[in-house]
Order: sequence, then C-alpha cells, then structure tokens
Amino acid sequence: MNKLRRLILQGAGVVAAGLLAPLNALAATWNKEAFGAKSAADALKSIGAADAAASNDIVIEAPEIAENGAVVPIEVTSNVPGTRSIAVVVEKNPFPLVAKFDFTEGALPYVKVNVKMGETSDVRIIAEAGGKSYTASKNIKITIGGCGG
Amino acid sequence: MAGPMKMRATAQGGVTEIRVLMTHPMETGQRKDSDGKLVPVHFIQSVVVKLNGKTVVDGQISQAVSRNPVFSFRVKGGAKGDKVEVSWVDNHGDSNQTEAAVA
Repeated sequence: MNKLRRLILQGAGVVAAGLLAPLNALAATWNKEAFGAKSAADALKSIGAADAAASNDIVIEAPEIAENGAVVPIEVTSNVPGTRSIAVVVEKNPFPLVAKFDFTEGALPYVKVNVKMGETSDVRIIAEAGGKSYTASKNIKITIGGCGG
Repeated sequence: MAGPMKMRATAQGGVTEIRVLMTHPMETGQRKDSDGKLVPVHFIQSVVVKLNGKTVVDGQISQAVSRNPVFSFRVKGGAKGDKVEVSWVDNHGDSNQTEAAVA
C-alpha cells in the first residue's frame, strides 16, 4: 500500500518536472534581471558591462532630434574587432535596457532597430568583444514622448 | 494573435542584408486605454535569425522596441537562394516565424 502510494507520488513528481522544464528554459533565455533594471547603471551591471571602456569604434546613426519618441530609428555598427554582441540602452527610459543581440556564424556586428523613448536621453551602446565591454553614446532630443499615452 | 511578418534578404558585395517586419502591439504596460485602465504589458522578448539553419543573430528585446518592430541585420556571405528564417516569441509565449530565400 505504502509502496504503491510512493510510486504514484514519484510519477506525479516526474510529470510536474516535465511540465515545468520548458517554462524555466524560456525564462532563462530572456534576461529578466537586466531588462527589469530601472537604472542604466543596474542594467549595465546585469549584462556584465559596468566597467565598459569608451570607444570610438562604435558608430551610432540616429537623429539628433526625434519628433516622435514612439519610433526612434537607431542604427549601430561596431568596428571593435571580434564584437560578439551589441546592447542598446536608453538611459532615461523607465526600463533602460532595450535590446541585446548576440552575433554568431558570420553575422556582422550591425543592427538597426526602432525604439521608444520617453524623454530626451543619452542612448548608450555596449559592444562586447573578447570578454571586454566597450561603449559609446549619443544624445537624442525628444519632442513628444513615446512611453505613456 | 500573431500577425503577419514580412522579410527581405538581399545579397550584395559579399554581405546579406536582412530586413524583417513583425506585427506586434509591443505594449509597454504604461499606456492607458480609453477607459483610463492600464493596458497590460505585451511584447516580443526573443528574436532569432537563422541562415541555412544556423543561428546568426540571437536577440533579446524589451517593451521599449517600437510597435510593429522592424529590424535590419547583416551577415557575411550568403548567396542567392540561401534560406533565411526569422522567429520571435513574446511574453505570452506566442510566437511566429517566416522564411525567405536570399535574393
């Protein structure tokens, strides 16, 4: 009787673990801590870029003044040799980290993305190469914010 | 829920440029609807680009990417007819994908 009960319980445990596993895998993919950070400093810390060195090899193409903060085009090219990832941080957004792209198998360290900006802010780019982080930033003025309603 | 995606991949000078458009509301969780209620946060979290089955770009994004996101990526190499696939997953677990041949 006891043995049977144990078997059933074990079986239930295995099933539960099986159901939970894919959810956990998904959560691990998206860096909740970094994207949930409410200051640029915390966001940089959680992607391991707190000590990023300033670099002129990161090219940011973006408007000086964006009329509409809901759609601000940002184009980034990293000329730092061996760049493996590019992250985009809008320093004054409620959640500053906007995106992080990892490049493999011949992808060039380049990305163009439209972001929302709540107010005039520095947009900071982090490039990771050879285990080190490099950064550059550009100030973009916003006439109408794109985060509230 | 998942709206249509559009993609164009063109090879020029040894580089394949991939432009992709996704249909998604990208709600920030801060916008209010006409009744003054907050619209719940709903956004794409993960974007993956593959060339001939190999992952070339693995991206994570936040709700601060604009509505109906448009991305451009560049990959070294790639020839006419190569297969490009782009997929996304949002915070509800919804997903979508599209594929196209390099032109």
